[in-house]
This record gives sequence, C-alpha cells and structure tokens, in this order.
Amino acid sequence: MSSKKISLNDREVECLEGDSVLDALLREHIDIPHACREGSCQSCMMRSLEDAPPAAAQQGLKDVLRHQNYFLACLCYPQADMSISLGASPASFSECTVTAKELLNPETLLLTMECLEPMDFYAGQFVNLKRADGLTRSYSIANNRIHAHKLTFHIRRLAGGRFSEWAHRELAIGDSIAVSDPQGLCYYLPNNPDQNLLLIGTGSGLAPLAGIISEALHHGHGGEIHLYHGSREMDGLYWIEEMRQLERQYPNFHYTACVSRGDAPQGIAQGRANEVAMAALPSLKGWRVYLCGHPDMVNKAKRQAYLRGASFQDIYSDAFHVASTTLD
Amino acid sequence: MSETSTTLYDQLGGEAAVNAAVDIFYRKVLEDYRINRFFDNTDIEKQAAKQKAFLTMAFGGPNNYNGADMRQAHAHLVKKLGLDDSHFDAVMEHLGATLRELNVPQNLIAQVAAIAESTRNDVLGR
Repeated sequence: MSSKKISLNDREVECLEGDSVLDALLREHIDIPHACREGSCQSCMMRSLEDAPPAAAQQGLKDVLRHQNYFLACLCYPQADMSISLGASPASFSECTVTAKELLNPETLLLTMECLEPMDFYAGQFVNLKRADGLTRSYSIANNRIHAHKLTFHIRRLAGGRFSEWAHRELAIGDSIAVSDPQGLCYYLPNNPDQNLLLIGTGSGLAPLAGIISEALHHGHGGEIHLYHGSREMDGLYWIEEMRQLERQYPNFHYTACVSRGDAPQGIAQGRANEVAMAALPSLKGWRVYLCGHPDMVNKAKRQAYLRGASFQDIYSDAFHVASTTLD
Repeated sequence: MSETSTTLYDQLGGEAAVNAAVDIFYRKVLEDYRINRFFDNTDIEKQAAKQKAFLTMAFGGPNNYNGADMRQAHAHLVKKLGLDDSHFDAVMEHLGATLRELNVPQNLIAQVAAIAESTRNDVLGR
C-alpha cells in the first residue's frame, strides 16, 4: 500500500501509510476538532463526499450517520483517495413548481410541489425553501421517498412569520421556488423492521413523522408504531381522520391525538403529547424514538425516553426553532 | 496488589466498559432528585458525551482533562444553584454503585473513585 490523497475544501493532503486521516490533516496544520484519538469522543467526525469510508472508521456512529458516509478521522486509514468535508457539504438548490395548496387546519397549509429531477431524500429529512429575494426557511418533507418527484410540506402560519405568511397568502399554484438538497438525520431506515417505534410530534411536527410512518409501513415494518400528535387546542391538530384510517388499516400502528389546554373532546387525550406518551409507555428499552416539533417538547421527551431505557443511538429528533420573533 | 503490565483502563475493559457504565451511571444521576436540577437546562445527549469523557478519564483511559475547563463549566452551578460537596458526594455514590452493579472488583473501584475524587476542587471551583 502506498500513500493516499485526501481532498478537503481546496486542499490536497498526503495520507501516509499507517497514518489516520486525522494524523495527516494535523500534520498539515489543518485545524480539525479532536480529543481522544481513538473513536470514543466522536469530536473528529467528518464526511466522505464520494465513496463510503472504511467501515472501521464508522464504529459507534448512529446508523443514519454511517448511511450518509460520516466517519471518524482518527479511526480512518484510507484504502483509496478520499474527498472529505468537515460538517455538512454546502447545499445546492433546484427549482420546484407549486402544484397544490390546501389548508389542513386554520393555521397549517399543505403545500405540494413537483421537482423536475427526482430528489434523493429520506422521509423525515428537511429542505430549505428559498424565495426569489433570498428569504429562506427550513421545512420537513411530509411524504415518503417513493414519490421522489413530489414534495409536500406542512407550513404553519406564524404571527409575523415573513415566509409562512407569504406562503399562505401569496405563493400560488404554478409558481416556482428554490429547494435545497435534503438535509437532517431524523429519518427512517428499514434496517430493523422489528424494532418498536415511538413518534411524538407537536403542531406541524406531524409532517416529518407522517413521512416516516408512511415509509415504515411501506417497508412492512413489523414492530409496533405509536404516534402521539399534540397541540394546545383542537385547532392545531389535523389529519385526525387520516391517522385513524391508517390505524384501522395497519394493526401495528397506534395513534393518539392530544390537546394540552382545556378539556379534550371524546377520543382525544388531555395533556402534552410527550406526557401522554410516557404515561402509556413506561419502558422504551430497545425502542427507536422520533421527536419533532417544539424545542421544549423535544428536549423534555429526549430525557424522558432516555430514562425509560431508550439509548441515545435510537433517539432521533428535529426541534423546530422558529425564526420569527413575534411568536407568543 | 502486585504490579501488572496492563493499565487500569484495560483491566476495566476499555471503551466497552465505559459505555456500559455511562448507560447506568447517567441514568442514576438524572433520576436523583438531589442533583438532577443541575441538568435541567442541558441537552442531555451532549451531556452524555461529557459523562463518557469523564468516565473514560476516571477509568484511566485516554483523555484530555483540563481543570480550568472543568471549573468554567461548573462555575455558574456553584454560583447560582449552590453546587457543593453534598452534590459531588451524590455523584461519587452513583459512580460506586454503577461499578458494583457491573461487578467491578473492589480494588479497581477504589482506583476509579480516587481519580474521580481528584476533580472535586475543580468542579466546586476551589
């Protein structure tokens, strides 16, 4: 074996035989975060941009990270030349056309778009939508990857939210909008079909979860799938009938809608979605957990899931931080 | 005890042992009403990585322990939330219980405890 070439941004570095990628980069004074140098702290995580990295360099990483060719530079002894990046690669945008707009509830818009080129996304990932003037916001894809030409989004109208107000009021069918490459690590992989799944979402956090559920069911996921969707009031919920229909169709799918304020009507649970879920499921050992929506819910539910036995490797989350400052 | 050629870290079982210990130890800490408020505003997943770094060090494994960082990280807890010896003792208690649960021999537990104990003054800002 001889030395290999490592390309990072505009630099090319020689990786000598017996050296790790981290050794090679540090020798050239390229500043890469690192600490333990033996794969346990994961601070030197990088991403291979072309081929899959050596499997030994992915030891201990979450499966979605392995799937996206992330690796630990300190454990990586290249078998071939590599092109790598630190952090996410810069997103490129493509044009999509709006094909449908429909209200899911008074505040949430179901926006459907068609892309010219099929998009290689996984249900649960998000994209950045960019308006012509550059105003950009992240939205989760709400459909599964079988419809690779179609993207759907749940856009909640936020008081004073520049993008959401515009999408609700002005964006029209036939308009085109720039859509970034899919991003994010909160998604479904059909690698463990017997694992039980718990999904908790608040508000439009249902979007990625609905995509994940549809993808899991499409792959014949055999484990139990429990969805808890919460909002403060009934007005913030949607797809209640659709989810109940899915529940009748798939015996392993269970759906609970929750409202946290006031009395809940019959068939709806009273309380915050994470509290209702945790009360019903005292042990989550071996479960995979997806949490999407309000950052406080995500943070709290992460802790609750962990304390109920779920491992961090199996907890996937997407906290929706809002850009608008005028929210209540 | 006679001198052995293997390190404490190896005797304990290396990274796999640290992972097993973090799993038990961190849950004990988060479930303890005496100390879990100190973790209320943390991202518990990031915190778990720190727990792992801490246990790796206490196990005599590879680390880049930095007393100044440790002080800085706990300074606001000492100042605003009254972090003191009683809380450090509680953590030490969980560390010992974790290792006993994993059937680690007493002489190794004592060595781990001694390393962990050496961070007390940094943690408590003294």
